[in-house]
Amino acid sequence: MRIRQTPGECIFTVFNTLLMVFLMVIMLYPFYYVLMASFSMPSDMAAYRGILLWPQGFQAESYKLVFQNSDILTGYANTIFYVIVGTVLSVLFTVMIGYVLSRKNLMLKKPLMILIVVTMFFGGGMIPTYLMMSQIGLMGTRAAVILPGLIGTTNVIIMRTAFQGVPDSLEESARIDGANDITILWKIMVPLIMPTVSVMILFYGVGRWNSWFDAMLYLRDRSKFPLQLILREILVYSGTDDMLISWGEFNGQDMSEIIKYTTIIVSTVPIICVYPFLQKHFVKGVMIGAIKG
Amino acid sequence: MKQATAVRRQGFFSRLGKDLSRNKLIYLLALPAVIYYFIYHYWPMYGAIIAFKNFSPALGIMGSPWAGFKYFEQFFSSYYFVRILKNTLLISVYSILWSFPAPILLALLMNEIRSSAFKRTVQTVTYLPHFISTVVICGMLIDFCSMKGLFNVFVELFGGEPFNFLMETGLFRTIYIGSGIWQEVGWGSIIYLAALTSIDSSLYEAARMDGAGRFKQMLHITLPGIMPTIVIMLILRMGQVMNVGFEKIMLLYNPTTYEVADVISTFVYRKGILEANYSYSAAVGLFNSAINFIMIIAANWVSRKCTGGENSLW
Repeated sequence: MRIRQTPGECIFTVFNTLLMVFLMVIMLYPFYYVLMASFSMPSDMAAYRGILLWPQGFQAESYKLVFQNSDILTGYANTIFYVIVGTVLSVLFTVMIGYVLSRKNLMLKKPLMILIVVTMFFGGGMIPTYLMMSQIGLMGTRAAVILPGLIGTTNVIIMRTAFQGVPDSLEESARIDGANDITILWKIMVPLIMPTVSVMILFYGVGRWNSWFDAMLYLRDRSKFPLQLILREILVYSGTDDMLISWGEFNGQDMSEIIKYTTIIVSTVPIICVYPFLQKHFVKGVMIGAIKG
Repeated sequence: MKQATAVRRQGFFSRLGKDLSRNKLIYLLALPAVIYYFIYHYWPMYGAIIAFKNFSPALGIMGSPWAGFKYFEQFFSSYYFVRILKNTLLISVYSILWSFPAPILLALLMNEIRSSAFKRTVQTVTYLPHFISTVVICGMLIDFCSMKGLFNVFVELFGGEPFNFLMETGLFRTIYIGSGIWQEVGWGSIIYLAALTSIDSSLYEAARMDGAGRFKQMLHITLPGIMPTIVIMLILRMGQVMNVGFEKIMLLYNPTTYEVADVISTFVYRKGILEANYSYSAAVGLFNSAINFIMIIAANWVSRKCTGGENSLW
């Protein structure tokens, strides 16, 4: 059905469309700017004044330098390790405890629930956690990056709600066939709530990819640093010196800028490439999170 | 009487024993989470008593002598107390004031887009910044804020003198909140867009019959339709008023802007981790947790009152 529009509505539609286009430009231009700047010549870029639409001069040397930077490469490798191991453990444990909390007729269900929900309201804080980590001797280990934040309480509750939505009859018939609780969980329950599980994988995975604070608190050894911590040094503290040495001919400050732009591109492109494919899962995740009740 | 209690207790334990043995596999599944919660949540909660002690790592938590409320008094009477409390609340309140309505407005405007392909494009593009890591966002911001950065290009375009944005105390909150809106506005609109789809379309038809234009429809149908969602989101947000995204502040602030940027958690980090004033910073952290606790309970209470028990955290 086509609805006739009043002149006022026509103007609104045009205005709204322009506003949305403007919004998209604001969202995308920073990335575009960084991309164009990363291919620019440091001296030309420094001299340029105005809105950047294409590279000023052209070089790809900065990409070579970034890809040769061993910190960035080990950072990438470490992050992949933390993301995979962390996400697998997080999802596994969240599914397990979520299943337990969805069972009926468990005497300890309520105490368990209280034990977990209390942590949403109160926590010991940063310093006691830090001291505890050094007390149990995890300081400086990869476990110190993976273990804190292993289980998200909101996620446990989302998981529990998902399990509660599975009809009892499925479980009962499996039990008659002689399946035990663990078989029921992995063979029957998990496949049924796979959409929620995949949302968990995405949430935990992205969280791991982005995290740097725990690594900063607990790690001293650079060879274990995740990518984000390396990026922090390069981008926030301008730690570009070791990459500048082999790029002799220009002004250091200007080159440092170009290297930073290149680093941003190199560390962000993988996310931007996978993002369109994962977007709808995330959107689903927001909905699941919102109606958890 | 005593006997009766004993019998009951006996009954309880034997029932518990039976329950444990019958469901041992289930309890086994809960074990990793229970261990995790004890170590990473309850141990630090116990460790928070160092706020009342003169903690020294050599003596341990138990061995350190009691200090009573010394560190709390020290904090409350210090210059920093007012500063960081004010900064925490201001950043939080301004965030609610500006960052909260933005996604609602965006959702309303996106709802008015007729072409679904264009709408999808807008959605995809506006969600994108949400997926960029905080470190990269802050790295970009620092760069754009610098003397030769993108922001100064615009300053010069309008005939101003370039300056370093992040060195200006007057601009820190604007940069923090503005970039927050830029990053999260699209993502935040998802929930409202979802709420919009549940509005009965016959309402719109009826309104059109009555001669209501699109603006009036938005005002009288769409907005009331998503009002429950807005209220819930606002209440939940209020409960988080003491939780400022401190990672971003830590990446963006510098000693020049501490005056406006230093919040409770960044202060705790500097005092505790960098200066090793464990008891003092634990006291500050505990103070924060306590206020947080009150805010969450209050928010939840309000939420329950408003929605008749439908939307509360527990």
